[in-house]
Amino acid sequence: MAAQGESADHQWMDDHAGPVVRPYAVTGGRGRPVTGTFDLISLVTATRDDVPPKAGLGPEHLTIVGLCQRVQSVAEIAAHLDLPVGAVRVLLGDLVARDLVQIREPHITLGPPEHSIFEAVINGLRAL
Amino acid sequence: MDYGHSERQAGGVVLPTAIKILIAGGFGAGKTTLVGAVSETRPLRTEEVLTESGVGIDDLEGVEAKRTTTVAMDFGRITISDDLVLYLFGTPGQDRFWFVWDELALGAIGAVVLADTRRLADCFPAIDYFEGRGTPFLVAVNCFEGARRYRLDEVRAALNLDPEVPVLLCDARQRESAKEVLIMLVEHAIKIRNARHAD
Repeated sequence: MAAQGESADHQWMDDHAGPVVRPYAVTGGRGRPVTGTFDLISLVTATRDDVPPKAGLGPEHLTIVGLCQRVQSVAEIAAHLDLPVGAVRVLLGDLVARDLVQIREPHITLGPPEHSIFEAVINGLRAL
Repeated sequence: MDYGHSERQAGGVVLPTAIKILIAGGFGAGKTTLVGAVSETRPLRTEEVLTESGVGIDDLEGVEAKRTTTVAMDFGRITISDDLVLYLFGTPGQDRFWFVWDELALGAIGAVVLADTRRLADCFPAIDYFEGRGTPFLVAVNCFEGARRYRLDEVRAALNLDPEVPVLLCDARQRESAKEVLIMLVEHAIKIRNARHAD
């Protein structure tokens, strides 16, 4: 039965149908995160392997925790979930509020990069 | 003491720091191509959904008319080291989305303005923007097949660039060429940073 259900899903959804859920439905209509600002290149990492069952979170939250087992930027998360960045910021706010992810803000908030960072970038690019 | 780029978090996990470089230029100038040439993954696309107050909408009698616009940005990633990740963001082509540019330009170490000599004027808005903002930038002339080759001093004169702004030829499809552009940009950004410090 399970296999049948799965094939029925595939039958009714394809790329041409467009998003089945309007982007801000996944945030419950909320346009702003409960906490945090989340730059496009803020880096996010999960603090645990999975989410406790009673966390009151939706499937997109779980997908983010799964993705962020490896460090990802806010922009990458949005691209992988195929959601607007604004919606992803709301979801990340929920996860930060529950200590399920850690955020590393980019240098933007810390002033201009140190010289050592420029040097590291040049060396890194040369090594590509 | 060098504080390095990483920070030990409460949980003992070291998270890297991210920095970004912008890739600007007119539509079709090769922004996404350049990102793809050096990125470790295929370019990804991220979207911002913007709500703007409707202008010129028929009388809705006090109802705030809004419509949404989607601004798409292509970007790529280069992992420089365990504690440093570089993101390359193609700027959205539509000139009216300056506030998206403002968000992108904030903290960017510099910008590449890709120029197509068949449509040189297309990169004027980007040059004006980065000049006005003080973002270090250079102009990379993308050599399209079939496009007439211009000398770099001709391009510089046509764009009315300050003498210190680097101008170079590139082939945005080629990894080595894209690397050279980015390295030259970072070197230029260091020069500007040092000059500002000296003031």
